[in-house]
Amino acid sequence: MKIHEYQARELLRACQVPVSRGELVQKTADAASIFKALANPSCIAKVQVLTGGRGKAGGVKRVQTAEEAEKFVRRFLGADFSTYQSAGQKNMVRSVLIAEDIPIAKEFYLGVVLDRTVNTPVILFSKQGGIEIEEAAVKSPGSIEKIPFSPDDPPSAEKILSRIRRHFSDSDVPAQIAEIARLLARFFVDKDAAVCEINPLALTPQKKVLALDAKMVFDDNALFRRPEIRALKDPEEEDEREKKAGEFGLSYVSMDGNVGCLVNGAGLAMATMDMIQLAGGKPANFLDVGGGATVAQVREGFKIILQHAGVRSILVNIFGGIMKCDVIAQGVLEASREIRLSLPLVVRLEGTRVEEGRALLKNSDLKIISCQTIREAAAAAVQKAGDHQTSHVHPRR
Amino acid sequence: MSILVDKNTKVICQGITGKAGSFHAQQCLEYGTQVVAGVTPGKGGSLVGAIPVYDTVAEAVAATGADASMIYVPAPFALSAIREAVDSKVRLVVCITEGIPTLDMVRAVEYAAVNHTRIIGPNCPGIVTSGECKIGIMPGYIHQKGGVGVISRSGTLTYEAVWQITSCGLGQSTCIGIGGDPVIGTGFIELLDLFERDPRTEAVLLIGEIGGTREEEAAAYIQKNMKKKVAAFIAGATAPEGKRMGHAGAIISGSHGTAREKMEVLEEKGVQVIQNLSDIGNTLREFF
Repeated sequence: MKIHEYQARELLRACQVPVSRGELVQKTADAASIFKALANPSCIAKVQVLTGGRGKAGGVKRVQTAEEAEKFVRRFLGADFSTYQSAGQKNMVRSVLIAEDIPIAKEFYLGVVLDRTVNTPVILFSKQGGIEIEEAAVKSPGSIEKIPFSPDDPPSAEKILSRIRRHFSDSDVPAQIAEIARLLARFFVDKDAAVCEINPLALTPQKKVLALDAKMVFDDNALFRRPEIRALKDPEEEDEREKKAGEFGLSYVSMDGNVGCLVNGAGLAMATMDMIQLAGGKPANFLDVGGGATVAQVREGFKIILQHAGVRSILVNIFGGIMKCDVIAQGVLEASREIRLSLPLVVRLEGTRVEEGRALLKNSDLKIISCQTIREAAAAAVQKAGDHQTSHVHPRR
Repeated sequence: MSILVDKNTKVICQGITGKAGSFHAQQCLEYGTQVVAGVTPGKGGSLVGAIPVYDTVAEAVAATGADASMIYVPAPFALSAIREAVDSKVRLVVCITEGIPTLDMVRAVEYAAVNHTRIIGPNCPGIVTSGECKIGIMPGYIHQKGGVGVISRSGTLTYEAVWQITSCGLGQSTCIGIGGDPVIGTGFIELLDLFERDPRTEAVLLIGEIGGTREEEAAAYIQKNMKKKVAAFIAGATAPEGKRMGHAGAIISGSHGTAREKMEVLEEKGVQVIQNLSDIGNTLREFF
């Protein structure tokens, strides 16, 4: 679960990490007064959305006057915003952060993330701040300090200091950084975070170290024991269909193609999307109905797929293991009838009692295209989507 | 021969009185697995089917000599269940439970390593040595004795692959679902090493997906250390960046973890990359 920058800043402040001052603007009318309260003499205005790459998309700007601050807020509040990291999705900007403009002598990167190669959390520090850590890793791998730690034994400031001191000529600055890193590592464990990044962590000309930005992602699997984090979830930022799917134990991700698909199992669902692409089509979604695929799940799955306006055909790919194919076929038929499905439906079943399942589909009064292999099924679904598209095109075009 | 489990493996089931635990413990028993006991605190002395239930893992192990455990307990209690199994000197822990907090798995993996217990999973379908032992939720009938070792990050996608292998007249030595989470007990490399040394395994199929760099690391290992042929399938070529595709581990971050990147690296290191899901069976046939 991602949270907004302003929320992450508050969390940092609450655990004693120094953070630049900032205020959230949700009404254009407030912009000028907030600017005046924080001006140093300028401010930094930042749109608050959950996607990265805001700066490159124009969503972060130094504003020199109250008028400029107001102009920025007016331009972005309520408008759609997307960055190169949004993958085609647009998010409405519902707040703008105005922060004091801190003079910067140097920018560092400090983060705590999970290192999957060693299965532990790790503190990452780089003297190259302000750029993405992946970029820094490529440009100057020697500049990144990695300090892995056990969740039940996060490192002391002394230990961190001993690792980062070599990057500095004085001792006060690295000591400040080590203390912030210690706090961040403890926070990471205490709140079950997945990513905690301060980028940049700035050094002022007065040799004070503080956070100018913060990015945090939390472990969805641990939210049950972190109600204070779960409370920070921004419901407005969720895709409606993705949210609905979650309520029925389905996993849905919206995409921009025209072949809807419903599959049991995440890996098979991804592989099915790939098959649609190999067949020359584009998947409209990822939808995993879980290993079982009950009638209720299939029905809700269909409903969610159909809310996507671009869908022209639906491909169902189920590997019936423990769940028998005839039961699944019955479920597909019931769900189709219940919601009066009018789009072309291609079904591929495999597994236990597959013959019985296919027979049920064949003998039903519904026009279901039943295929034996996923290759045939993907081809059929892509073809049907194309046909359906053409038949809906305005005759004069 | 096979790897990790065979007809002599004695298995207990932690969380046996739950819906999934009781159903799958009996399915495993039916497959021929020696499911010797179940564990649910407070339910000691009862039976699930013909399987005796104990209050603690220690009691179950003492009474039966079990050397493996499969875990179905709910996610919030999985860490303590794994610790209990490790404390009882169980050799292999297969954790089926999904949704375990990542840091709990960090703790579990650390604890198991110190005590030399191997964890498979979590959030995985389990492990099957064809015709001998099934620990987990895979449908038993799709497996057939043969020479292909299967390692996968996925569930139903593994069934699809296993079924294709069986349908084209080949079979599997052992098939392992390593799980779809960011932190797992056993990765590709350790299993590739076991398969390389297993006389019954003649070739290996590796099923990966987007996210992380496990496939890339496996590719480097294969080139350096393996004489047996390896084929690979990677799911998620069409997955969008930054979205979690069902599995917590299946997320592309930045430009890293893409299917294309993984396929290129695997190919470069001499692994036969299967582009089309339908071609898994055929491709492996060509190996024999």
